[in-house]
Amino acid sequence: MSTTEEAPLVRLEGVGKRYGNIIALRDIDLEVGASEITCVLGDNGAGKSTLIKIVAGLHRHDEGVFRVEGEKVSFGSPREALERGIATVYQDLAVVPLMPVWRNFFLGSEKRTGAGPFKRLDIPFMRSTAKRELLDMGIDLRDVDQPIGTLSGGERQCVAIARAVYFGAKVLILDEPTAALGVKQAGVVLRYIAQARERGLGVIFISHNPHHAYPVGDRFLLLKRGRTLGYHTKEDISLAELTAEMAGGAELEELAHELESAGVQGAPELREDARDLGVSD
Amino acid sequence: MTIAPPAADERVAARSSFRKLLGRPEIGALIGAIVLFVFFSLVADAFLRASSFSTVLYSSASMGIMAVSVSLLMIGGEFDLSAGVMVTSSALIASMFSYELTLNVWVGVVVSLVVTLALGFLNGLLYVRTGLPSFIVTLGTFFMLAGLNLGFTKLITHNVATPSIEDMDGFSQARAVFARDFTIGGVQVNISVLWWIVFVAIATWLLLRTRSGNWIFAVGGSAASARAVGVPVTRTKIALFMGVSFTAWFYGMHILFNFKSVQSGEGVGNEFFYIICAVVGGCLLTGGYGSAIGAAIGAFIWGMTSNGIVYAEWNPDWFKFFLGAMLLAATVVNLVVRRRAEAGK
Repeated sequence: MSTTEEAPLVRLEGVGKRYGNIIALRDIDLEVGASEITCVLGDNGAGKSTLIKIVAGLHRHDEGVFRVEGEKVSFGSPREALERGIATVYQDLAVVPLMPVWRNFFLGSEKRTGAGPFKRLDIPFMRSTAKRELLDMGIDLRDVDQPIGTLSGGERQCVAIARAVYFGAKVLILDEPTAALGVKQAGVVLRYIAQARERGLGVIFISHNPHHAYPVGDRFLLLKRGRTLGYHTKEDISLAELTAEMAGGAELEELAHELESAGVQGAPELREDARDLGVSD
Repeated sequence: MTIAPPAADERVAARSSFRKLLGRPEIGALIGAIVLFVFFSLVADAFLRASSFSTVLYSSASMGIMAVSVSLLMIGGEFDLSAGVMVTSSALIASMFSYELTLNVWVGVVVSLVVTLALGFLNGLLYVRTGLPSFIVTLGTFFMLAGLNLGFTKLITHNVATPSIEDMDGFSQARAVFARDFTIGGVQVNISVLWWIVFVAIATWLLLRTRSGNWIFAVGGSAASARAVGVPVTRTKIALFMGVSFTAWFYGMHILFNFKSVQSGEGVGNEFFYIICAVVGGCLLTGGYGSAIGAAIGAFIWGMTSNGIVYAEWNPDWFKFFLGAMLLAATVVNLVVRRRAEAGK
């Protein structure tokens, strides 16, 4: 939080990615600074996953510039990204359900004590730390020994977020954290995302739901078929406009035209919808 | 079930520790073992004799040593169907290498260790590289090894069994390590029983107190999640297959130095007994859950039942029926446990 650096934590300039002759991503700009939430919105196949895979270190980008704190980077593995403070929480891959909460919390970064063949897990430390860190995020667990699968979907995402925060993430990538959740649980997760921002983290929040993204986001990147459809700050755009742009309002109108010329009934209603969404007049 | 009032914190703690005990993977097997022990004590007079007990322990160890590593592998989410014949392969290699080249038996023991570990590594590598289920990969290596055991033995010794190595250099030393009998408090015990207990202790410590143990649970519970947080999944799985091959070597050495000669067709079918011990002891077939102590109790149940039926003077033909029924019962118990763990409080 005390950083006085000018450069944002993560900045993409004209980034592109190809898989063979398929262009998955083209000319994408994105930035996220400390205490900022940048939302990446788009339908299935829009290129959201490819984008986060580049930032998370799973794939290298082919075009453009990827900077972390002003420095040009190109990650070959998630570990490299982690070392630069970029942590990713995946929708389905957040936790191992049958393992206790504290083991999940420290999985892959276990704290150990002792030496040589007697090197062992520092269980009291890990238990109490997991309990404390979760309490700091507002999750009060009676028992950190319970299998994490017994927690609700929202709580599980929160444990994964708390873990990333504890292990010194500066940038948190959240892949559809609210996708599989009910309204109330999604609210809980959104609160923790906002809390991560209060702690000074930069957050890249992937979603296809503008109603989840708009309340917490500072910037919005809309993707469609691997290209930028729009890149807005919160002041530029209202929730209705964001929703309309996402729903492809402009296309809705085009479709209405086509249907009308084909003499299909219902086309006027479709045009009406497009007008309501605020894309055409 | 009543909800404890918020003021009575002690009661909440007491209940949760009781539930914790019930939530242990080996609890079902422990109850089963006690019931069987009482049952056979009542129906078979010979069962409670000290000599019978040492026989039961020896049978238990004969399954238990392999069940230790097989249970770790199953917690890691994989099967090894080649485990049974690999024991025989290991014993054959040590025996024939020393005998044919007239070397000290320890040379054969070491060569066998290297080759058997390589077999485990190969199982792991095939699994990791092909991405096929380990069930298929090790089914393949199971038949290949069974064929090689017979083929090589007949080719080299012109017989289906290896010649006795009893009078070779180093035999008595090796026998002292792998197969000696000794007496504790009037009961004759084979050293393999002690080794079994040592292996169970090491495996339990490894599982519950080390980083490797954490990784074993994680790769079995959800390999993709484990990979995402930086757990070396392929390395962990290959190490587990090598763990199975290590105990296969160890138990192979016990067989060799206990019986002096090795039957090349032995071992087929034992892999299922190892899996039964692990599953009866609380290991989930889908991985991510189980314990080495549970597998040890599973092996003890196996030892009690296989001998108890004899002491009760029943027809031992029924043994396998009983074994299968127990496997089904244990699997149902495990399913209930997992459902409770996965789906809500």
